[in-house]
Amino acid sequence: MLEVKDLHVTVEDKAILKGLNLTVQPGEVHAIMGPNGAGKSTLSAVIAGKDGYEVTQGSILFEGQDVLEMEIEERARAGLLLGFQYPIEIPGVKNIYLLKAALNAAREARGEGEIPAPEFMKLVREKSAEMQMDTSFLQRAVNEGFSGGEKKRNEILQMLVLQPKLAMLDEIDSGLDIDAMKVVAKGVNSLRSADRAILLVTHYQRLLNHIEPDRVHVLVDGRIVKSGDKSLALELESRGYDWVLEESVA
Amino acid sequence: MASEEMEQLVRREYKQGFVTDIESETVPPGLDESVIAFISQKKGEPEWMLEWRLEAYRQWLKMTPPSWAHLDYPPIDYQAISYFSAPKKPEDRPQSLDEVDPKLLETYEKLGIPLHERAALAGVAVDAVFDSVSVTTTFKEKLFEAGVIFCSISEAIRDYPELVRQYLGTVVPRSDNYFAALNSAVFTDGSFVYVPEGVTCPMELSTYFRINAANTGQFERTLIVCDNKAQVSYLEGCTAPMRDENQLHAAVVELVALEDAYIKYSTVQNWYPGDEEGKGGIYNFVTKRGDCRGDRSRISWTQVETGSAITWKYPSCMLRGKESIGEFYSVAVTNGRQQADTGTKMIHIGEGTRSTIVAKGIAAGRSDQAYRGLVKIGPRAKGARNYTQCDSLLIGDQCGAHTFPYQEIGNSSATVEHEATTSKIADDQLFYCRARGIDEEDAVSMIVNGFCKDVFQELPMEFAVEAEALLNVTLEGSVG
Ligand SMILES: Nc1ncnc2c1ncn2[C@@H]1O[C@H](COP(=O)(O)OP(=O)(O)OP(=O)(O)O)[C@@H](O)[C@H]1O
Ligand SMILES: [Mg+2]
Repeated sequence: MLEVKDLHVTVEDKAILKGLNLTVQPGEVHAIMGPNGAGKSTLSAVIAGKDGYEVTQGSILFEGQDVLEMEIEERARAGLLLGFQYPIEIPGVKNIYLLKAALNAAREARGEGEIPAPEFMKLVREKSAEMQMDTSFLQRAVNEGFSGGEKKRNEILQMLVLQPKLAMLDEIDSGLDIDAMKVVAKGVNSLRSADRAILLVTHYQRLLNHIEPDRVHVLVDGRIVKSGDKSLALELESRGYDWVLEESVA
Repeated sequence: MASEEMEQLVRREYKQGFVTDIESETVPPGLDESVIAFISQKKGEPEWMLEWRLEAYRQWLKMTPPSWAHLDYPPIDYQAISYFSAPKKPEDRPQSLDEVDPKLLETYEKLGIPLHERAALAGVAVDAVFDSVSVTTTFKEKLFEAGVIFCSISEAIRDYPELVRQYLGTVVPRSDNYFAALNSAVFTDGSFVYVPEGVTCPMELSTYFRINAANTGQFERTLIVCDNKAQVSYLEGCTAPMRDENQLHAAVVELVALEDAYIKYSTVQNWYPGDEEGKGGIYNFVTKRGDCRGDRSRISWTQVETGSAITWKYPSCMLRGKESIGEFYSVAVTNGRQQADTGTKMIHIGEGTRSTIVAKGIAAGRSDQAYRGLVKIGPRAKGARNYTQCDSLLIGDQCGAHTFPYQEIGNSSATVEHEATTSKIADDQLFYCRARGIDEEDAVSMIVNGFCKDVFQELPMEFAVEAEALLNVTLEGSVG
């Protein structure tokens, strides 16, 4: 589904990703862990198409398509969706309006018509309830004045409405209290299916107790230096990253 | 997003540029007392009106155009302008839409203003001004039943001379400023509204202004009077065809609100801004002033501006009556090489007067805009209050926005608050929307409309929709 090969990325002439390889199959959940500044957010931002990153080498394929040749919005419509580490506030634009525009853009790309208003309202109410978000959030401006945890839940709400094939969730657990973590995890788990995949960026094993990953990768200094199953996360939790580094150098 | 991409995005063709070919009877360019006499005679005006005009003209001759505004424009040759043009046979003016020149209706169609449809659907009385003469007025009867007078200023001068004489020039005196003096001398049309005591006008009143005949400046004169406890909502919409020469527009709008009266004046303006070099746009020098003459009266200006090569405009309120209220809500969009210098003046004279100013500026391309606001609190304005909020949004990095708030506080019991922000249309907001699958153009329009929300919600419903559409057209372009 997603194939990242030998990816080299620089930001303002500084090398951030230095030959990263990653393959994600449909139905899988991958977790990416690693120290601050390793390049985790950079990886998901480059896949989503954010400006300011220069790919100097390597390739990214999504369902066989060359992602680097696609516009940001084309990637999203193709089912590649990024959940932001720091969701953006857009004053004056209603949350529900953004949701509807996004959903209709994806439908249009698939050759479907606009979603009928009653159907859309039903869908959004249902998904809001799943995220335990009061429907008043729908009428508020996108992320404006939302608490940290509310912003994260709002990101997942968008995912639930848009049903991406590959959801990339960057530190979706940060700033969440324990109950909210469960709600978010439940939301993410409901996205799991045989034809979808999820890429989770996280610092904490705790999230992975709720969303069980198939693969865990350790990203250090722009490269994936170790991969394993979910037990790797547990090991990282108790031992930190140093040993991985030493192992990879050796 | 790269700034050149951004630039391409905000560049767009003016969709409503076209010229309707209707025979005009135009005086040769130039201005002197005989031209003014010609205008006055054409309009069948009484003697006092001609005298009034000539007095204005003589004052104008002694004045010099303002130079302080944050604008840069070549000197205007007032002798190169033609001061009167009207459809050929004014006495054969159509009495209903069926009689209107189909070409004119077509013009409105192109503008997205299907007159008959709009009039019927929205219940709006439309006093359509084509060139300088009113061509059609609808719903007049319904208004007449309510006792509301809504007609062209020329008709008013003929049919209601006492009312006109009582109020004309009492809000904006002839010698007020250079453009007001010129307008007073040569104005050819515009609207007159009188709402009698206790009457709430049964419908939104609306006028569409057009500038069409080549080389013809247009000098509208609007006078709206709300008697005690009367209310009216008035909408002015403008658009102009594509032209080569810059065109001068110097309108005067006077509003008078007596005790407990409420006048809401909304403008949605879409004038041709000129091409990318700024060539061919409208010069827009307008004097708009509201006089809250009675206690507890209220005047509210709401405007959405997306046109003009040069705009110089400060709708203002004179808050004379005790506890009277002045409001100013504005969205100004500049693109290409447009320049705008706009703002408002709130002059607090009476006790307990209040004013609110919300100004939103959006600058794109290489445009430049300034907000200039004056809040003046007089010595008698005990407990006066003002709240001002100015927000600027820059699209791309070749445009500019400047804010000049002036305050003159002559009373220590007054409260004046001012908030100002300037933000670039954030790349991360755009990225966020696009990363949800929303295309770039829609994302820009979504963010810009969100930015303008506070002002749009002050517009009458159907016009808020129109304003949003207008904004989208203004910022529309091919995504590279
Ligand atoms: N626009 C930029 N300009 C300069 N450096 C940048 C820019 N964006 C990212 N970087 C640098 O790239 C490196 C990787 O950043 P990234 O955000 O991908 O790290 P991360 O692994 O997500 O870290 P964290 O766990 O703290 O979120 C950091 O050193 C960061 O400072
Ligand atoms: Mg990060």
